[in-house]
Amino acid sequence: MSITVYVPRDAGALSLGAEDVAKVIEAEAQTRNLDVRIVRNGSRGLYWLEPMVEVETASGRIAYGPVQATDVAALFDADFLHGGEDVLALGLTEEIPWLKSQQRLTFARVGVVDPRSLDDYRAHGGYRGLAAALKMEPSAIVQAVIDSGLRGRGGAAFPAGIKWKTCLDAGADQKYIVCNADEGDSGTFSDRMIMEGDPFVLIEGMTIAGLAVGATQGYIYLRIEYPHAQRALEAAIDAAKAGGFLGDNLCDSGKTFHLEVRMAAGAYICGEETSLLESLEGKRGQVRFKPPLPAIQGLFGKPTVINNVITLATVPIILDRGATFYRDFGTGRSRGTLPLQLAGNIKRPGLVERAFGLTLRELIEDYGGGTASGRPVRAIQVGGPLGAYIAVSRLDTPIDYEAFAAINGMVGHGGVVVFDDTVDMAAQARFAMEFCAIESCGKCTPCRIGSTRGVEVIDRIVAGSVAERERNEVLLRDLCQTMVAGSLCALGGMAPFPVLSALDHFSEDFTGTAQKAVS
Amino acid sequence: MKSVKNVTSLPPIDEKIRDAVLDVTARLKDQPGALLPILHGIQSALGYVPEEAIPLLAREMNLSRADVHGVVTFYHFFRTHPAGRRVIYLCRAESCQSMGAVKLEQHIKHRLGVDFHETTTDGAWTLEPVYCLGNCACSPAMMVDDELKGRVTPESFDAWLHSEAT
Repeated sequence: MSITVYVPRDAGALSLGAEDVAKVIEAEAQTRNLDVRIVRNGSRGLYWLEPMVEVETASGRIAYGPVQATDVAALFDADFLHGGEDVLALGLTEEIPWLKSQQRLTFARVGVVDPRSLDDYRAHGGYRGLAAALKMEPSAIVQAVIDSGLRGRGGAAFPAGIKWKTCLDAGADQKYIVCNADEGDSGTFSDRMIMEGDPFVLIEGMTIAGLAVGATQGYIYLRIEYPHAQRALEAAIDAAKAGGFLGDNLCDSGKTFHLEVRMAAGAYICGEETSLLESLEGKRGQVRFKPPLPAIQGLFGKPTVINNVITLATVPIILDRGATFYRDFGTGRSRGTLPLQLAGNIKRPGLVERAFGLTLRELIEDYGGGTASGRPVRAIQVGGPLGAYIAVSRLDTPIDYEAFAAINGMVGHGGVVVFDDTVDMAAQARFAMEFCAIESCGKCTPCRIGSTRGVEVIDRIVAGSVAERERNEVLLRDLCQTMVAGSLCALGGMAPFPVLSALDHFSEDFTGTAQKAVS
Repeated sequence: MKSVKNVTSLPPIDEKIRDAVLDVTARLKDQPGALLPILHGIQSALGYVPEEAIPLLAREMNLSRADVHGVVTFYHFFRTHPAGRRVIYLCRAESCQSMGAVKLEQHIKHRLGVDFHETTTDGAWTLEPVYCLGNCACSPAMMVDDELKGRVTPESFDAWLHSEAT
């Protein structure tokens, strides 16, 4: 009887040496004449413990980490194949408090299953959502998504069901489902983890969306920086096709849904839905005017549902367990769970899926354990490069869409980047403008020109005298106002938020070199 | 963009480039929104999208040269000149900044003797900036071709570079 050992193939784990660990375990097992089966799973999301190796035992899966290739011989000596004690032993995986306290709905299978195995997916509850959807009328599927309270997890938080209903009600000979997998925000990696760790759940979610609105073709627009996710998705799509879950007459239902992965080419703006559609059509990724909404005139001018990876990957559990089950998680108008990504200067970074309502302090102190550098936390950027910098005084803000909007922040895609007290907030503000200038699609003037002027004004503030600083701060705030009010999309419209938050909460960093020299 | 009949004669083109363009367009041009997949195909065949490929590509796609040029130059990933033998993509985004990416960037530029978008004189390495590799829990991150690396320090970079050289 062979013993199953799990070594992640998640890109993050690979970046820390998981490939070598897998190879050495295999070689060592062979040398010792032991029957070991290695499964390459996704990551459980405990990145400070990656590469985290798990062993299947009679009492459950036992974890060891962080394991380097050089640790493997000692693990065999300690009989880790039978859960033997070792300095790297972490006990039963499911009992690790960091993991046990989470509410994993969307991420239920990530790190648990073999992402290349359709059988494993089905053995862990996969394709039950599709089975339920196949028995329902399209309008009933859409109603279930509306009732669940699911809002777009890409950042805009628009109710997914409403988008679907608009598309369902639009008459057309062809409709499309597009998955926005252009996860470009710094501090976010949940889309990547799903696509690498449980790709079938995304495929199932898109198939259900197709049934709901009457679309027969889906595209996953995947960023070029994610080659590992591309391989995982393509393998899963092939397996789903071979298993009869994609294509013509899927599951003998007479319904059709085809799915294809399309690679992006490194433009941040293509995460914006209309510019993504332009890019899928083979054009420059320039933002479109709205209306018409993509749900009415989207890809190739046809009604299109475009949702983020996490949104679509959450649909199967809603159909499987019911809208009420999902809606019972969360708080206020933010229903369900949010996969938060804890990143940056943090001791225990990783993926924390919890119901809305958890405070930023609980996330950063309890889960994160403070900074990696051991220095005090000074600023937290939530929601990617367009999200505000939050000061430590606001740590008790609950993580929900409305509470964040009330402090001029945004939850966005759930990325949380922690900075310690060595951060220079004027430099961060300058970077926000610089990033906007590099990534602007160029269609509207406030974003294209405003971002470049923004960099220049911040440079003048930092270099100048007190009088000049005050004059330029007025100018910078005015410029930010123009960008917020006048930009066509969220890039120019929100790039000022990190800048303004830095000015408001960390004004001492803008004092400038001239004054620092005097004092 | 509008489809236009491209009737002008084609400027001379290197045989290898012509073959690559025709091979990729023959395979992919009939799918909807084919231009990005085709540009990816050309770049993976040749390592870059040569400017001299654009007139032929435009004719095959029945687009104007300006349209194709516009698309090639819009996206950071497409390059119009050959890269070094391997490409280092160094993350510049906020999460990596919080863990010392600025210092790492200076170190790597100094070590390789190049700035961003440049290739070392021996043709071994091209250095490119990237804005997030999705490895933010293991910052700072870089990717070499398609091999991801996490928690990179100036010391670990030097050790890795040394191991690659031997």
